[in-house]
Amino acid sequence: MTTLAPILSDIWDAPRSWTLATYTEHQGYDAWRTAIQTDPTDLVNAVKDSGLRGRGGAGFPTGLKWSFLPPPDGGPRYLVVNADESEPGTCKDIPLMLANPHSLIEGVAITSFAIGSNHAFIYLRGEVVHVYRRLLAAVREAREAGLLGTNILGTGYDLEVTVHAGAGAYICGEETALLDSLEGRRGQPRLKPPFPAVAGLYARPTVVNNVESIASVPTIVRNGVDWFTSMGTEKSKGHGLFSLSGHVTRPGQYEAPLGITFRELLDMAGGVRDGHSLKFWTPGGSSTPILTAEHMDVVMDYESVGAAGSMLATRAIQVFDETTSVVRCVSRWTDFYQHESCGKCTPCREGTFWLKQILHRLEAGKGTESDVDLLLDVAGNIEGRSFCALGDAAATPIKSAIKYFREEFEQGVHTPAWELFPYEANAAFSGATA
Amino acid sequence: MVTDNRGYAPDVRARLTADADQILARYPEARSALLPLLHLVQSEDGYVSPAGIAFCADVLDLSRASVSAVATFYSQYKRRPNGEYTVGVCTNTLCAVMGGDAIFDRLSERLGIGHDETTEDGRITLERVECNAACDYAPVMVINWEFFDNQTPTSAVDVVDALLEGRPVTPTRGADTVATFREVSRVLAGFEDGRADEGVGAGPATLVGLEMSRAKGWTAPAAASGETAEPEDAAGPDAQAAGTEQVGDTGSSAEREETTPADESAEPVTKSEEKGSSE
Repeated sequence: MTTLAPILSDIWDAPRSWTLATYTEHQGYDAWRTAIQTDPTDLVNAVKDSGLRGRGGAGFPTGLKWSFLPPPDGGPRYLVVNADESEPGTCKDIPLMLANPHSLIEGVAITSFAIGSNHAFIYLRGEVVHVYRRLLAAVREAREAGLLGTNILGTGYDLEVTVHAGAGAYICGEETALLDSLEGRRGQPRLKPPFPAVAGLYARPTVVNNVESIASVPTIVRNGVDWFTSMGTEKSKGHGLFSLSGHVTRPGQYEAPLGITFRELLDMAGGVRDGHSLKFWTPGGSSTPILTAEHMDVVMDYESVGAAGSMLATRAIQVFDETTSVVRCVSRWTDFYQHESCGKCTPCREGTFWLKQILHRLEAGKGTESDVDLLLDVAGNIEGRSFCALGDAAATPIKSAIKYFREEFEQGVHTPAWELFPYEANAAFSGATA
Repeated sequence: MVTDNRGYAPDVRARLTADADQILARYPEARSALLPLLHLVQSEDGYVSPAGIAFCADVLDLSRASVSAVATFYSQYKRRPNGEYTVGVCTNTLCAVMGGDAIFDRLSERLGIGHDETTEDGRITLERVECNAACDYAPVMVINWEFFDNQTPTSAVDVVDALLEGRPVTPTRGADTVATFREVSRVLAGFEDGRADEGVGAGPATLVGLEMSRAKGWTAPAAASGETAEPEDAAGPDAQAAGTEQVGDTGSSAEREETTPADESAEPVTKSEEKGSSE
């Protein structure tokens, strides 16, 4: 049996956990003091050897991404932290930064030093003002303590950290849209290549990493590669935050080695809420294909979830019980993708709009006989034909839900979803508490 | 769209210009200041006003149309005067299922307004909001972007009633009281308001796994006495020639002239790199 492994979350219950004082009492910035005396190449290699993979969804090896930067040419290079956590179901980076922003700032310092950057940016979504306060304060505290700024710790190394608030646009979580947004533009994705490593922010070499990835760097430096690789599975090393939400008894954050099973996590969360049973779940947010009760024993690492037909992504496990209409859920997710499509490319912009109309009539029991096939046809014409992953993501819940629950969509030809699955039965509250 | 060319009064303009100077100083290139400048304008006017657009355009030497194009892309920038408090109910799938739809309907009924509408007294703007990264506290309401976790229709109406009566309200995870829309907009422009130490570090759901670990004695593996791994050959993989399509937003740096040796090469594309990065 796998047990939890609190690492990032380990000081979240400390008094005033967000302050520099608390963080330094718990070995905070020790890794930075070590790293700044280390050859940057060794730092990059250590993170490479650790096998740390991007925790923002893509799972691309973090150290490898760093090593893609071209050799220094005398011009600036940038680290940009993607703190635009907006993927439906994903709720790990926001509580991390609220409880312990310094773990991210320390990771930013080490990473910037490792890649030869003197200016790092944290792009935070704008809809979390208290997290922004905590990040601004943490950067100020670190600067006042000489851990950021000029001539850090007497080494001659300079690092500015700018914490930037977005303004409400899911697409800015896509790394090149994020860069355009950070350049003061509409957040629309760029065609790749060139990748940000070559031409990113201001067309300069740039590393874009997720919050949890960067926050995982200090403990790798402090405790060593062997420590990190002692957790996880062969190709999915280390630890991660698993966020359980929905119809479970104890929703919340569970930090565990990669490779824990969904069944183990669900048991820790007290199982599906009392008197109910599992219907379907997402392993990593709404953009990952749904799985069902058949998949209870899926090992939660990149390879195994992939083999089960989905993606580990952000480990945002949304659990829905038997009272839930899958048509309602997919319809609402599709509303989201339609709302958030940036409009740059036609298949996504128009296709999500069509999908939304079809799903609304199916949810209302007013679909036509051909609607299920039409959904698959439209989804198939968005997937793989869009600029960025948002189009693929829009197709994903539809295709996977029809795969497992086609008959429920077919019932949308004659019966509204709210009659098949009364919505009151889904809620976390009922009559007396409502 | 911008028909009102009246700018700010000289004293207001001077104050905003001083703020703008501070914002611009954070960035290597001036245009990056546009999003915070738009938040700043909202802190002055309660929305992105014509005067505010003109101000941003002047500061950054952009056309007003360019500024408007950016402002209209992002949902937090308001094109009409916003209420003193934005009450947002998450109606994305998980929160909707957990009761968010019912909460929104009850608030809509109580306030007599629908999505993106403001009460006549200018106190409250009601919105359906997308996932706000608090799914473990569903159903969630956010007021001026502060968390009100685990809501019910009754609890949500109680909070809104307090706002209507002018009483302060306290988020479950956030500052001690919810600041006004303009005050919060100023924070989002990057100006600290001295309230970072208010409120909790973590809510109950954030700590549920940690508390279980404490109770059961589960810990992470002990750190080995060793240190970071031996460095290996530092050279990255050989770069491969890559496409040169320049298809960023017009004028974005993706459209720039090739100026560095790095412009001519890129690493190979892998499928995994492209997938799932919209987070």
